[in-house]
Amino acid sequence: MPVETTAPPVTLSKDEILRYSRHLIMPEVGMEGQLKLKNASVLLVGTGGLGAPLGLYLAAAGIGRIGLVDFDVVDFTNLQRQVIHGTKDVGRKKLDSAADRMADINPFVQIDRHEVALTSENALDIIKQYDIIVDGTDNFPTRYLVNDACVLTGKPNVYGSIFRFEGQATVFAYEGGPCYRCLYPEPPPPGLVPSCAEGGVLGILPGLIGMVQATETVKLIMGIGEPLNGRLLRYDALEMKFREYKLRRDPECPVCGDNPTIHELIDYHQFCGVPQGQMEDAKPIEGDIEATEVKQKIDRGDRFVLIDVREPHEYQICRIPQAKLIPLGELPKRVSELDTADEIIAHCKSGARSAKAVDFLKQAGFKKVRNMKGGILAWSDKVDPTVPKY
Amino acid sequence: MAKILIPTPLRQFVNKQDTVDVNGATIGEVLGNLTGHYGDLRRQLYNDEGKLRSFVNVYLNDEDIRYLGKDSTPVKENDTISIVPSIAGGVQSR
Repeated sequence: MPVETTAPPVTLSKDEILRYSRHLIMPEVGMEGQLKLKNASVLLVGTGGLGAPLGLYLAAAGIGRIGLVDFDVVDFTNLQRQVIHGTKDVGRKKLDSAADRMADINPFVQIDRHEVALTSENALDIIKQYDIIVDGTDNFPTRYLVNDACVLTGKPNVYGSIFRFEGQATVFAYEGGPCYRCLYPEPPPPGLVPSCAEGGVLGILPGLIGMVQATETVKLIMGIGEPLNGRLLRYDALEMKFREYKLRRDPECPVCGDNPTIHELIDYHQFCGVPQGQMEDAKPIEGDIEATEVKQKIDRGDRFVLIDVREPHEYQICRIPQAKLIPLGELPKRVSELDTADEIIAHCKSGARSAKAVDFLKQAGFKKVRNMKGGILAWSDKVDPTVPKY
Repeated sequence: MAKILIPTPLRQFVNKQDTVDVNGATIGEVLGNLTGHYGDLRRQLYNDEGKLRSFVNVYLNDEDIRYLGKDSTPVKENDTISIVPSIAGGVQSR
């Protein structure tokens, strides 16, 4: 009779032993820890800023099976931070680009490609297939979806998020610990989320936060050290400071509390106040003017004032020569620079801020004021391709 | 005087400062004095009913005020108060 053993049913090959030798010679990892990594499965939700360093290092570390969820295509604006993708990958599916790079780093890793947007319909099925879930998404609806799905399936959720120069990281839903809803019961309404004027991210930042997530993932698998659950780690790149806050399970939490009211996945776009599709489809506004019409008016020598309501640092990137820069935030105090008798056309980067400027001016008594549809991006596409897009 | 740490997304409402020193004996008083001075910040921190928004956490040193005395949590000299809003990512949508 063979002796029953609880040891994992895999061993390391000679090539693997050589590859992982710097792990194997540390007693804290050793053969036992490396086999735990090989036996483990991790799901990376997103292969963007956070997912890129996670994919590289978790593959290198020798996680046995890594699932990737993404449906996006690599574009040039990704390359400033998504280091798993290269210039040659622009236009390819992020899944293929990331999987190729990870397979090159470590052919011993099995990579599952989930070419979908994570939704309430598919999340539980996908998440069930993995031991640990790593949240590398960039939006509130998916973050609440990942959270609830992890709580409902009992999977730890290694969380990281970034904005400009600061990041947050923790481990949710680990051994009955607090979840994302315990930290933040609700997302900000869309109106309070920073617009593109205040957005952006230091390209290196997701590297650092992604590394915190990768470290926590590997620690959870090997069962070593002090995991981040119960602590919110906050990082400020400009100050170069890490701060830590206590994070508790909320007994009133609707999903992981003592009397949960959420037992299945809900509509997360509705929960976050973002109707599906709203992000992509700017709704046409009465009186919008096309960039090409604005160009015709300039060429005809029509009398009108073109105002650019972007920020000065955006004006430095590119501009329409005839435009006068009045950042949206300064418009109220600089409104006297404009004449209600003039025809006014406002533009910004893509049309959202200039729509607000038009609303403001109309309320201030301006009658002949219109929004240039699609902003300077449309100008670059339809009028002057030498104007760079950003 | 307590020191309030202002997070990146809210610095635009406090003349781009990263910390603000404010007087007050409780969290409610300190935040009241802060938003009294920087009026635009008020809408970011409080809802129409005057309650702290559920995507903004306030910590006295490293402890969440929801588990202390909320707005009536006493504040001592040299305490650090952190305002930590929810962030999702740096992607520009529109």
